[in-house]
Amino acid sequence: MRWIWLALVVVSAVAGDLLQSREMKTEGGSGAPGMARVLRLIASRWPLGLSILCMAVSFFAFLALVRIEPLSFAVPASAASFALETLLAKLLLGERLAVRRTAGAILVCGGIVLVAH
Amino acid sequence: MPTIATRNQPNLVLAGRRAAWRLIVLVTLLKPVSNVFLAWGMKELPQSLAVNPLLFVRAMVDPMVIVGVLMQIVWLLMRISLLSVADLSYVLPVTASGYVISTLLGRVILHEQVSEWRWIGAVLISLGAALVASSPRNTPATKESR
Repeated sequence: MRWIWLALVVVSAVAGDLLQSREMKTEGGSGAPGMARVLRLIASRWPLGLSILCMAVSFFAFLALVRIEPLSFAVPASAASFALETLLAKLLLGERLAVRRTAGAILVCGGIVLVAH
Repeated sequence: MPTIATRNQPNLVLAGRRAAWRLIVLVTLLKPVSNVFLAWGMKELPQSLAVNPLLFVRAMVDPMVIVGVLMQIVWLLMRISLLSVADLSYVLPVTASGYVISTLLGRVILHEQVSEWRWIGAVLISLGAALVASSPRNTPATKESR
């Protein structure tokens, strides 16, 4: 059962993050927007609304996961989305994975695997 | 001769950087703290919660879960804001320090067992996050060269 909840946490989190990042790339011209502006953007742009739905699914699946597994397993295990998101950020969002960023991401992935050990 | 706008530009860039770092720190800290509130509240509920979604309604009136949910909403809005000034592939590893904080809080507050491997993993995550944090926040082709 725990793997079903974990898969749901990961897949919905990846979809939500990619949608959010794609939409917000056009918004940073004059600095990070405040909370009110973010709320207005969520209300006016459907991909952001859909991303919130994905995050909600991920959140409720996470709640079910922490009920049956310790937090120190649930949090790092759900970080499996990390590697997938980094790869998809390059492939779908066109982000450049420079040497330092790639090396750091690999270290973080290795760390997450150990923490979930 | 430089205009007022040109003279003020370095200050604006500096202010933007400071605001972005403030957001990064808040986003990193808020998530693990909210996770502790959620885990604390959820542990008070019956195990059948995992197979009976209707019991989620009961979870939603637990004070600890309510605090955790409110913190997660603020965290989500801040993170969306952060994604407007930084790449997803930058935000993910830098805010991964939250996993280290979660491990620490799980050990100290919830008295969970944390093995040596987990501590080594936590150190690796910290090193990786520091390495990514020292790289530029945005992909030049999509932001700076526009």
